[in-house]
Amino acid sequence: MRQDVFEIVSNRNLAPDVYEMVLRGASTEDCTPGRFVQLKLDSFYLRRPISVCDAEDGKLTLVYKTVGRGTEAMAQYESGKRIDVLTGLGNGYNLDNSGDRPLLIGGGAGVPPMYLLVRRLLAQGKKPTVILGFNKAEEIFYADRFRGLGIETIIATADGSVGEKGFVTDAMEGLDYSYTYACGPEPMLKAVYNRAATSGEYSFEERMGCGFGACMGCTCETKYGNKRICKDGPVLTKEEIVW
Amino acid sequence: MVDTRVNLCGIELSNPVIPASGTFGFGREFAELYDINCLGTFSFKGTTREPRFGNPTPRIAECAGGMLNAVGLQNPGVDHVIAHELPEMKEFFHKPVMANVSGFSIDEYVEVCQKLDACEQVGWLEVNISCPNVHGGGMSFGTDPRMAAEVTRAVKNVTTKPVIMKLSPNVTDITAIARACEEAGADALSLINTLMGMRIDLRRRKPLLANKTGGMSGSAIFPLAVRMVYQVYEAVKIPIVGLGGVSCAEDVIEMMLAGATAVQVGAANLIEPYACRDIVEQLPETMEKYRIEKLTDIIGGAH
Repeated sequence: MRQDVFEIVSNRNLAPDVYEMVLRGASTEDCTPGRFVQLKLDSFYLRRPISVCDAEDGKLTLVYKTVGRGTEAMAQYESGKRIDVLTGLGNGYNLDNSGDRPLLIGGGAGVPPMYLLVRRLLAQGKKPTVILGFNKAEEIFYADRFRGLGIETIIATADGSVGEKGFVTDAMEGLDYSYTYACGPEPMLKAVYNRAATSGEYSFEERMGCGFGACMGCTCETKYGNKRICKDGPVLTKEEIVW
Repeated sequence: MVDTRVNLCGIELSNPVIPASGTFGFGREFAELYDINCLGTFSFKGTTREPRFGNPTPRIAECAGGMLNAVGLQNPGVDHVIAHELPEMKEFFHKPVMANVSGFSIDEYVEVCQKLDACEQVGWLEVNISCPNVHGGGMSFGTDPRMAAEVTRAVKNVTTKPVIMKLSPNVTDITAIARACEEAGADALSLINTLMGMRIDLRRRKPLLANKTGGMSGSAIFPLAVRMVYQVYEAVKIPIVGLGGVSCAEDVIEMMLAGATAVQVGAANLIEPYACRDIVEQLPETMEKYRIEKLTDIIGGAH
């Protein structure tokens, strides 16, 4: 974990309730795929945990959904503003487990962490496929960014307005893959877990206090004992998850 | 050069700054960030006889100037603490540590205190009779003077180390509980634990915390804590460990002026991981600013 002051480079709306904030700081070395950062917002007591979407040479991209007053305030922040950030939080995805053809599944607010994960897997010479799940066409974001990485990008919308009609699990049908990485709402994670033909890693969300393992605010049960989502997670392996 | 040393029940602390139980784990997460030997000591995670998972999530909510928690005493149990946490702690913390104990019966308090009393690393036993987040234990011992005295007496009978009774602010008259603990033999008191509160989720129209209620902490409760420390200082002769919303060196001095011999820092650790280190570093210059040469000179100075 590092504490540093980052400056907002840009903060823009991508889709209804979804924003992309680009920040610049001294280092993003510990912002690996699946990890998160904690932002100190003006006039809010607790920090806000946001997953890392992309990170390179001190440039940090966060894509976040406004779900309450804190993230709503964040959406109003303008470029040039400085924010106190804790980086390098959580365990992140383990890239060594991926095999040659990993399948990445992101649903809604779970899409952003898949972006850096794809980039890092590609850098290792692997051939990832990504499924992005949304409710409807207007909610889609980042599809072109994933396609721009030159990987197979499958879009699934619940109403069928774009791509395959149905859930991400419908889009998994018939695919051949070596490993599963997933991030999204818990019902989606559970559905993927039940459908996936391989082992995999699933990223969970919970209300947090500190974000670095001190307060026991976000504990969950696993097959290997109690784990703190913030410190021992947010990524759990398929083998240890208890629903 | 100012003197930041204080003496808590016969043990000298290099400074009065003590991370509060439940905000510092067993120290490891913070020892990875800074040398925690700069602290006076720290109070480790509340320990019970059996391992406890605690309450279902969500366990955390926010409020203006603070937060609510309903963790529910998650801990690995006293035997695990003694077999694993304390030996590991020895690697990075070389001062006497404050052992925080919770229980659901007098027998449990007695057994856990007895076991921890026998540990060389333990300097003080801090007995939590004020956890608002569990049912049938914790706070129910801390809201009735007779029960508080009974726990104190039972623990004192089986221990050799200083016993600090941690009091609840969720009472009509905290001085009555404080006096009862003193009369039953408590060596010191720590106050205040969290204040019972609630937040309601506007979308679900239900309490936000799975436990419905939670303990409020953070800078918003600081004036309440100062008031109670001030009142208890006038009611008892034993030392007081003041806590509740402390987040900077000025707060430490204010708490000591109210009557605290040492000061705990809780929720601040969770939002500023370096909070306690920073307070320890800023204490000497803050003392100079208020023309304090010796910190012990100001204890109860506001009376």
